[in-house]
Amino acid sequence: MFNEMMMNDEVREPYRALVDWMEASGPETLQQKRLEAETLFRKIGITFAVYGEGGDPERLIPFDLIPRIFTATEWRKLERGVKQRARALNTFLYDVYHNAEIIKAGIIPADLVFRNAAFEPAVIGIDPPRKVYSHIVGVDVVRVGPDDFYVLEDNCRTPSGVSYMLENREIMMRMFPELFSKLRIEPVESYPDMLHKTLKSIAPKRCDREPNIVVLTPGAMNSAYYEHSFLADQMGVELVEGQDLFVSEGRVYMRTTRGPARVDVIYRRIDDAFIDPLCFRPDSVLGVPGLMNVYRSGGVAICSAPGAGVADDKAIYTYVPDMIRFYLGQEPILNNVPTWKCANPDDLKYVLENLGELVVKEVHGSGGYGMLVGPASTKEEQATYAERIKADPGDFIAQPTLALSACPTFVESGIAPRHVDFRPFCLVGDDIRLTPGGLTRVAMREGSLVVNSSQGGGVKDTWIMAE
Amino acid sequence: MLSRTADNLFWLSRYVERAENMARLMEMGYRMALMPAAGDGNRSEWASVLSASGCAQGYDPDMPLRQAEVADYLIFNRDNSSSILNCFENARANARAMRTAITAEMWEALNNALMELRRTAMHNLAKTDLPEFIDWVKRQGALFRGATDSTILRNDGYDFIRLGIFIERADNTARLLDVKYYVLLPETSMVGDGVDNYQWTTVLRAASSLRAFHWVYRDDYSPYHIAHFLILNPFSPRSLAHCSEQITNHLEHLARHYGQRSPVHSLAVETYSLLTQTRMDEIFSQGLHEFLSDFLKRNQTLSSAIAETYYFGGQ
Repeated sequence: MFNEMMMNDEVREPYRALVDWMEASGPETLQQKRLEAETLFRKIGITFAVYGEGGDPERLIPFDLIPRIFTATEWRKLERGVKQRARALNTFLYDVYHNAEIIKAGIIPADLVFRNAAFEPAVIGIDPPRKVYSHIVGVDVVRVGPDDFYVLEDNCRTPSGVSYMLENREIMMRMFPELFSKLRIEPVESYPDMLHKTLKSIAPKRCDREPNIVVLTPGAMNSAYYEHSFLADQMGVELVEGQDLFVSEGRVYMRTTRGPARVDVIYRRIDDAFIDPLCFRPDSVLGVPGLMNVYRSGGVAICSAPGAGVADDKAIYTYVPDMIRFYLGQEPILNNVPTWKCANPDDLKYVLENLGELVVKEVHGSGGYGMLVGPASTKEEQATYAERIKADPGDFIAQPTLALSACPTFVESGIAPRHVDFRPFCLVGDDIRLTPGGLTRVAMREGSLVVNSSQGGGVKDTWIMAE
Repeated sequence: MLSRTADNLFWLSRYVERAENMARLMEMGYRMALMPAAGDGNRSEWASVLSASGCAQGYDPDMPLRQAEVADYLIFNRDNSSSILNCFENARANARAMRTAITAEMWEALNNALMELRRTAMHNLAKTDLPEFIDWVKRQGALFRGATDSTILRNDGYDFIRLGIFIERADNTARLLDVKYYVLLPETSMVGDGVDNYQWTTVLRAASSLRAFHWVYRDDYSPYHIAHFLILNPFSPRSLAHCSEQITNHLEHLARHYGQRSPVHSLAVETYSLLTQTRMDEIFSQGLHEFLSDFLKRNQTLSSAIAETYYFGGQ
């Protein structure tokens, strides 16, 4: 297992200054800092819980104060790799809603795309501004060695967690001002500004003035409401709910105290199915009746575009390296995790024979739910799971259990290595932009590989060292 | 600004102001009840407080009209939409629905107040030491207003907050004065005696206006002056005249800001003129209760007109 901080009993270079500082400070100072951070975070944490509503303390995400550090070189590679994927995924999305060249070329099976639940026939043929469907791509990356990065999955719809990236940094800068003044750590504060620029750049062609941008939230009861309000706040745009918007004469308006105000760009944080009750789920009250018609006629831009989810399906994921080769004529910079598709009889046979060593996931699952972690499972669990796979093989993929890298983390017993993953946020508009940073998630339990916050994972600040 | 946001800001400040005024009403009841019984031991203070609060209808007729029961109803009862607990819950729900329109300081003031109020210790405090609890509520109102005044932008959002405060406060001052009417009702012969005067000064006290009054009228605590101070004196921060002036100002500000006038502006000016042009003896001869009832109606109409003008219910 790769340790982010230590290699062959030596402190790895990007961590040297941090380790020196920790040693010079001594365990007492660290312990004190830890308590301080806890107090600080409890304060902010309370706010998180309040926004999450229900006041359920379980929903608080544990924060760890030992940062995860990347060198400039490591970051450059990650950055290039993520941008490459974001570009390929967007080309793919445009393609499948237009000529479907990649399917005609026999690279991706038609069924996998057209019979996919996330494929949205309502947007076939639509040309969104700049041909971009997914404007914010969250790519989940894991590391297994000094130079081995693997992409676990791509999130093309509405990846969340960026508010944690910003809040974590805020806390860290308050806790360790001396480290920040000594080390050259790339700032992440520009994210809201970059997001704003991206949203501005996708305004519909028919928009003849400074575009009016809004963030569309399902409302205060949503668990990510904090992030929605945080981003709207940071960008200085309105945070709206479906009831605040309405459609009239081919345009979208919001209800203001001065009467209707036209809206040009909607950063929606609600699912496709709820966007427009006239087009999708008729029982939904979250969306805006008629919105899809306006979108289709180019009267409003929607970020991310409806139907973008077809690109981040776990079965489609296996073809991303092929997409990169097909559309961009390049070799993938970041690798996929080798994946067995149970839809494929040979793969299925292999998976069923090796359940004990594999991680099996549902194709449409998310949040770490409904998966089987082979090495951590019992014979009975494996047998039950095997039945599920056999019942509908197309619904499952399997991957080897990766030895995720570990990062030193404050736990009950002191400082100990815990497994981490990493989600940088890539913005796609007139340009492809990446904030030097991202969200590092950490599995707080010893040996656990599950970093999802819904499964008790925590978060860390991520430092990218400046050149 | 989103209509929903304006709506939320308006009601957010109304609810905080209302919570505080519920406390003031109780303070008045508490102080009046400390006096020897008037007439044949007819103690109607808590019934009066209930009537003046506007939530007498929901009060269980089988419950005794004693401090413990009435106070509990006015503070903690979930079914009473104007109970202090519900006021804070509603204020916070409004704040949460438009978290980006208020500052962190305002949010914290509100959130802390509600968290503390939900603790059982508060329940006990209200039982054992009502005055202390009332002070706590008033302090929360002051904290929230202070946080608002010192942190929020002076844009249209501020106008809606201030409109909410003064619509609610005018409503409450009128109700406070009306308590006096309800208490006095059966014993008109008592006018001018010691109990009567004590009750009038209690009204002043509950409006946190005793000292302010003293500065203006010295020690002439006549009903005429007290009513004048709380109705017509534009320098008294809780007077109907002052509230009306503030409402007119903030509506004017919105009109300038939006470049648009509407019937709501004339409506506000009309009430304001009434309060600047009427004399106290005219009010007394018309009947204080009648005057106040008329004012409460006007205030309610104005509140609805604001909601209509700025599309609180959508458009």
